[in-house]
Amino acid sequence: MGRRSLPLGLVLPAVALLALALGYPLVRQVVLSLQEFGLAQQFGAPPEWAGLGNYRDLLTDSGLWVVVLRTVAFCFVNAGLTFAIGLGLALLMARMSRPVRILAQCGLLLAWAMPVVAAMTVWQFLFDTEYGVVNWLLTKAGGDFTGHGWLLEPWSFFLVATIVVVWMSVPFVVFTLYAALTQVPEDVLEAAEIDGAGTWQRFVHVVLPAIRPVLLVVILLQVIWDLRVFTQIYTLQKAGGVSKDTNLLGTYIYTLGIKGGDFGTAAAAAMFMLVLTIVLTAPYVRLMLKQED
Amino acid sequence: MARRTPAPVRVGADLVGILVLLACAFPVYWMVSRSFLPRNEIKGEDPVLFPWRGTLDNYRKILGDADFADAMVTSLSVTLLTVGVAILFAFLAAVAVSRFRFRGRRTFILTLLLIQMIPAEALFISQYKMLDGMGLLNSVIGLTLVYVASVLPFTVWTLRGFVDGVPRDLEEAAMMDGCSRTQAFFRVTLPLLAPGLVATGVFGFIQAWNEFTLAVVVMTDPAKETLPVWLVAFTDARSRGVDWGAIMASSTLITIPVIVFFLIVQRRMVSGLTAGAVKG
Repeated sequence: MGRRSLPLGLVLPAVALLALALGYPLVRQVVLSLQEFGLAQQFGAPPEWAGLGNYRDLLTDSGLWVVVLRTVAFCFVNAGLTFAIGLGLALLMARMSRPVRILAQCGLLLAWAMPVVAAMTVWQFLFDTEYGVVNWLLTKAGGDFTGHGWLLEPWSFFLVATIVVVWMSVPFVVFTLYAALTQVPEDVLEAAEIDGAGTWQRFVHVVLPAIRPVLLVVILLQVIWDLRVFTQIYTLQKAGGVSKDTNLLGTYIYTLGIKGGDFGTAAAAAMFMLVLTIVLTAPYVRLMLKQED
Repeated sequence: MARRTPAPVRVGADLVGILVLLACAFPVYWMVSRSFLPRNEIKGEDPVLFPWRGTLDNYRKILGDADFADAMVTSLSVTLLTVGVAILFAFLAAVAVSRFRFRGRRTFILTLLLIQMIPAEALFISQYKMLDGMGLLNSVIGLTLVYVASVLPFTVWTLRGFVDGVPRDLEEAAMMDGCSRTQAFFRVTLPLLAPGLVATGVFGFIQAWNEFTLAVVVMTDPAKETLPVWLVAFTDARSRGVDWGAIMASSTLITIPVIVFFLIVQRRMVSGLTAGAVKG
């Protein structure tokens, strides 16, 4: 192998695999989204061309718009809460005494390391109608929560989902931001203090600018991750939620395509999600590429 | 920011710290402690805080369950295969990106960054159709194929950082001493990369072991479920009375390897995702 072709040979296996497992499905998805899948196709007839029909159906179907709005709202609420709690805890962490800080970090690490499905079963158990400790505690505290079903109403369904998602996401934010905060130059902070800057002013004018790049990355990642929440919604729906009223984009596409067999419309919805993600990801990629140059 | 903190602030911060510990650790404690409780104590009027009269019955039940064993075998096969293939492919690509300047290098890096962000939900419809057409639904190979693709970007990115960290001078010195380029690589660079390969492999293991979305799409046959898919089906209440003790025992069993591995790579996970940004 020549000097020049050696690096190409080295990336070839990775490129070939990505092309097969992601590139080909991507092309196929574009084609799928332009095809019609009905009852006849489920019995083996070749799919018919639908042009932009699937997209038109999707865009005029109020069902999708409700799901999209719900997804975006869920994403912003969760990303916002996660970020606010994470930043608050990271700031407080620097002010805890050493043993407490280590204990808190151990706890966060546990929550972070928990596999999603295991965390989901535990939280389902905690919120269980009959044997859940949450209902027991609230009843002890004076409410009447005996036999209360948390997943039946969409609002309380999403409350539970939010608690779980935030619980799982906060540790990453705390550790990342805490690491960034320890990098803020001490002498600049001291100089600002000597010049009479209060705690708030030091935070706004010294700390925030110093950790700005990390803040941006954390917010972006959080938004992207919370846009694609699937497992939590799927398992909570199985545990008793009403799917129709609680679908987010991920479970919507799944129900439409894998469960319902309408691959054309599902593919069009998936394209929508793909574009949404790429638009949101662009700033992150630009930031990482700047580092590259 | 190790600054002197006024006493009241410190006490307040410590209180929050204790609350954080409780809020994070309690669900984990609940899972483990309930897994040792007999059925009648789980379903008692008031929950018991500590499993004084603990039993291993739940574990006996789960470990004797043939479906659990099947799911364990599937999960282990898919996970180990994914890690093996991903590490090998990513390693080759990482060496190319780190040690060579070639045409398409920048495009390759850009593509990796982009696809790392693509959610499984945005492609699983057509991946399902593709695997269906290839006869690879409900197969370890099929699931491994999509898993490798989803861990590869991060794996290349992380390993490339490790390869960057091995100074070229070392390789060149070995070549001066009479090694060929290949020999220098295998005798000098590769041993220095071992910790990086382990860390990256562990990361891939956690990813594949925990993955749910693609597994539930690809493994539709109950006999071919991975552990996460099996656990969710097992928890699904409506078909039979929920056996919380057994569910908590199996959740604990699934969690243990992850916690152990997680502690090994935790530091790298923080720096991996934001490395560029932290350095500014």
